[in-house]
Amino acid sequence: MDRRETLRRLGAGLAFSVTNPGGAFAFVADEPVRVGLTPVFLDDQVSFLAAWRDYLAQSLGRPVEFMQRGSYREVVELLRQDKLHFAWVCGYPYVRARRWMNLLAVPVYRGEPLYQSYLIVPDRDTTTGSIFDLRDRIFAFSDPDSNSGYLYPYFQLVEAQASAATFFRRSFFTYAHKKVVEAVGLGIAQGGAVDGYVWDTLARTHPDLTARTRIVARSPKFGFPPFVASRAASPELIRQMQEVLCAMHEDRAGAGFLAQLNLDRFERGEPALYEGIAAMVRRVGELAD
Amino acid sequence: MLLFRDLSFRYKIPLRATVLVFVTASILTASLLLREYSDLRRDVLDSSARWSDVLSQTLVAPMLHDDVWRAFEILRAATSPGGGEQASAITLIDTRQRVYVSTDPERYPMLAPLHERGDAARELASLIDGALDASSRTVEIGDRLFVVTPIDADGVRLGHMILEHSGAFMRARFTGMWLSATAVTLLVIALILPVSWYWGHRMAEPLVRLADTIGRVGTTIPPPEAVRFYESKDEIGQVGEALARMFDELREKQALEREIVFSERLAAIGRLTGGIAHEINNPLGGMLNAIGTYRRHGATDPELAARTMSLLERGLVQVRDTVSALLVEAKAPSHPLRPHDIEDVHILLKPEAAKRGAELHWHSALPGELPLPATLVRQVLINLVLNALHAVEPGGTVACEIGVGTGVLSLVVRNDGQHIEEGRLPYLFEPFVSGARGGHGLGLWITYQIVHELEGHISVQSEPGMTVFAVNLPLKIELELEDAS
Repeated sequence: MDRRETLRRLGAGLAFSVTNPGGAFAFVADEPVRVGLTPVFLDDQVSFLAAWRDYLAQSLGRPVEFMQRGSYREVVELLRQDKLHFAWVCGYPYVRARRWMNLLAVPVYRGEPLYQSYLIVPDRDTTTGSIFDLRDRIFAFSDPDSNSGYLYPYFQLVEAQASAATFFRRSFFTYAHKKVVEAVGLGIAQGGAVDGYVWDTLARTHPDLTARTRIVARSPKFGFPPFVASRAASPELIRQMQEVLCAMHEDRAGAGFLAQLNLDRFERGEPALYEGIAAMVRRVGELAD
Repeated sequence: MLLFRDLSFRYKIPLRATVLVFVTASILTASLLLREYSDLRRDVLDSSARWSDVLSQTLVAPMLHDDVWRAFEILRAATSPGGGEQASAITLIDTRQRVYVSTDPERYPMLAPLHERGDAARELASLIDGALDASSRTVEIGDRLFVVTPIDADGVRLGHMILEHSGAFMRARFTGMWLSATAVTLLVIALILPVSWYWGHRMAEPLVRLADTIGRVGTTIPPPEAVRFYESKDEIGQVGEALARMFDELREKQALEREIVFSERLAAIGRLTGGIAHEINNPLGGMLNAIGTYRRHGATDPELAARTMSLLERGLVQVRDTVSALLVEAKAPSHPLRPHDIEDVHILLKPEAAKRGAELHWHSALPGELPLPATLVRQVLINLVLNALHAVEPGGTVACEIGVGTGVLSLVVRNDGQHIEEGRLPYLFEPFVSGARGGHGLGLWITYQIVHELEGHISVQSEPGMTVFAVNLPLKIELELEDAS
């Protein structure tokens, strides 16, 4: 692992020297700020994203590029390869890659930088009371790198000394929280784990989707999926980006985007926010061993 | 109730044309629809099979990677309203004949053995069991169509895809087709109907006019221009021509009849004037003779003068009688008819009957006074009975019946004397047509004139052994009746 880490650092240094032949701090003027997005929020609103991107570009005085991929893993990988400056990822990958990811900003949702994982079932199912009632059923996870959509329910099963591999009759990943809601609502799966913030937001924008599901259980609160910076982002860019994000709620346009995102604002945030997730990761690691 | 049979051709022909157009259009539409339906079914099956092949290719990767949600999203896109409505449901089956994923998870829940999901599913399961080749198959179970397509990757079977068309899908398509076909048929009918009505009308028109024209015959004979309505050699034209010819002949006949009546009238006038001349000539001859004798044998002989004067007087009286007999005074003042007027006639005639040795049966039943001039009725009765008494042989019988019918006074006089020859009957009521027993022949003529004046009716029937004169006089006439006092 150490050897791999060294190699990676080497590669990053190489990339830096190539992109900055002058060795100065000056960026190439046209070089866009690349931001990776994951379905930790409703990332399928294309026109909204274009407007938000333009807003960020204007605030930064530089072009901004949003990059979306099919899974968290791909975005994290791009981040690791320094192909992205920033990314909005889940707390789970952040905890795992804290060594080379810097916390940029944390969304504030309903007054605190925290969110929950919901366990949902089809609305016809009126008996299920916890995940343990779903033994031998079909279960939908959102993403293997999602805290709310995978780690937390997995952790629950492991804690209960249930074999996560055989507890469900079958489980599958939809790679988006919204699709978990769909899978459960349509009856493809008899249970699903979903980001509480996404479910709440969907309940406002697509009440027909959430109306077909029922929330069975809510997890303890965890740190909200954060914006992180890769090593590709200079301290100056990080500072600028932090300022832009954390000041969004102060101007009208920014407040409009936040309202559409169903968020209060962004704040700097502390790595300690993710201690709950980190503890779960450790516990799962211990138990799995 | 108006029966179709009784309808005018003006409506019958267009109605028949309408029915014909409608039936033709319906049969044509139905046969076309039937054909369309089988074509549609074949097309649906063909395109479903082709489409299934393409779809099954895209499902290889998700099934290989065991990405259930990805597979589901492909199926869902394929069955969504925007997906061409190729299927109502698609179900993927794994190699162990279990449901991999379905767009209808209620009927086909994930991992459920296929053969446990109803009769149709059982049949499909057995079909999949026996299927080894790589082509898709179509099977109809109930009102549903199923297309079963194997999903193979590099010769290895990953599972099967079952594409399902509900009957409603075909019905909806067919209903759409049926509606548009019906609309077109109705449009065609709407276009053809006015034309057929116009033609029907044109065909019926001459017939209707023919019927109208023929219907008018009897009261009048239609003029030639009313018949000239159809210039053609067809049946109606022929009928029209024949009708025109017939009307021409009718008109000729009518003219001829009119001529005959006219010449008969002339003949009657001739006979009348001849009679008058004769009746007046006879006394005139006698009187002229008397005057001649008087002139020759001197005016001195007072006896001759007296005889001459007497002769002249008798001659002039005869002439006056003749002339006054010709002038029937219907309007002569008279009192209303009472029963005893009739009795007077009876008493008056009894001696005459006795003289003739004839038997007179008299039957009179008058309720009371009647609004008819007594003098004229008595004269009619006297004339008829006298004629009858003259006609019978000694020992014969004359019967007289006087009675009141509905609104009429009827007088019937019968005798069993010699009957009137048929040839004389038409001239019976003309003046100076004397009977076999002489007489100047004015009696019946006067009778006829009186009856005519009173707006009545006189008829005669005569056969050997029985001659009957019957007179009916209406009681409605308001005549200038003499004051009863």
